[in-house]
Amino acid sequence: MQLRKSAMSGTLESSDAMVTLEPGGEGIRVEITSIVKAQYGRQIEACVRETLERLGVDNVKAIVVDKGALECTLKARVESAAFRAAEIDSGFPWGGAIK
Amino acid sequence: MSIDKRLKRLRRSMMFLNAQRPGLLKDAYVYRPDCLLLDLEDAVAENQKDAARFSLYNALKSVDYRGVERIVRINALDTPHWQEDIRVSVAGGADGIRIAKCETAEDVKTVVKHIEKAEEEFGRELGSTLVMAALESPLAIINAYAICTACPRRMIGVAISGGDYRKSMQAEFSPDGIEMAAGRSNMLIAARAAGVQCFDTVFTDLDDMEGFRREVIMVKKMGFDGKSIISPRQIAIVHEVFTPTDREIREAERIVRTVREQAAQGIGVFTLDGKMLDIAFVPGAERVIELAKASGVYEGDL
Repeated sequence: MQLRKSAMSGTLESSDAMVTLEPGGEGIRVEITSIVKAQYGRQIEACVRETLERLGVDNVKAIVVDKGALECTLKARVESAAFRAAEIDSGFPWGGAIK
Repeated sequence: MSIDKRLKRLRRSMMFLNAQRPGLLKDAYVYRPDCLLLDLEDAVAENQKDAARFSLYNALKSVDYRGVERIVRINALDTPHWQEDIRVSVAGGADGIRIAKCETAEDVKTVVKHIEKAEEEFGRELGSTLVMAALESPLAIINAYAICTACPRRMIGVAISGGDYRKSMQAEFSPDGIEMAAGRSNMLIAARAAGVQCFDTVFTDLDDMEGFRREVIMVKKMGFDGKSIISPRQIAIVHEVFTPTDREIREAERIVRTVREQAAQGIGVFTLDGKMLDIAFVPGAERVIELAKASGVYEGDL
């Protein structure tokens, strides 16, 4: 999936995460801010990478401000940010690249 | 569960949840409403409609709702959102779809056509996604029977939406519900004639629990199956009012038993504790017992 612009999704409410995707650069880079980074930083990064790889996003910087989001929430925020960045607003691949 | 059982399942409380807010989605089932209404419509800001779908999809796929029914309220048919709302709901395996601002039987048929397409696209069993319609305008109330009968194999029933209904009637909220009386009654008559369920609107003042209880009692007496609610705090009152009491259950059992006994002896009408009884009282009594069974409080053997 080709990202055309920077895009953001999510909020800073409890149990949520705010994800910003900036296209460009080399590979997938993940930057995490979270009060539980020490315990869950690795899992958060793995979830973001996996989701982006499944969507076929190659070169991007992902900035995650985590407020205690469950994995399914984090994944939803990465996905919606990616589709916003790709400027796709219908015909989403539910059950395909969005698993 | 068979489609027939699913259509008729117990729906005393249907609790709205904003699909865009993950904190709400992940543990709402612990409050045990009969049904969750995952909202893509009014609760979600216009510029977050897309994000809400991703949040909804991931919640449907990954949260175990322990048997609590999950119905998605989609955006109205005059918005650019409803088709994608249907796709995500069906793909995520929602139990049903609530059509916001439904006004005609044609609206129901249009939605069902898109549900069928989505069931095929996402490999879900054809006919497995149920529908219900929210009636929010005078035109919708006028067309209630046609709406109720537009798709019998999928139609759960109808719910009146007070906010938009009052607005379109140029009416104001009153505690006794006089402004809603005609709408509620007409919708109920249509739903009962069509043999589908019927649900009341939300009560928005969370500080007025007494007013809420009065309204729940009123709509229960009118014959509604349940009520849309906006907070877990409202669940207990709805369940309490809609679940038959021990006394009501014993009374119902006694009516069913006595009418049967008397009928076996060739007696049609008779009196019990000074009240006239005949076969016409049996369906009402049987409904009380059915409701008690569905609510898990029945211990008798009828």
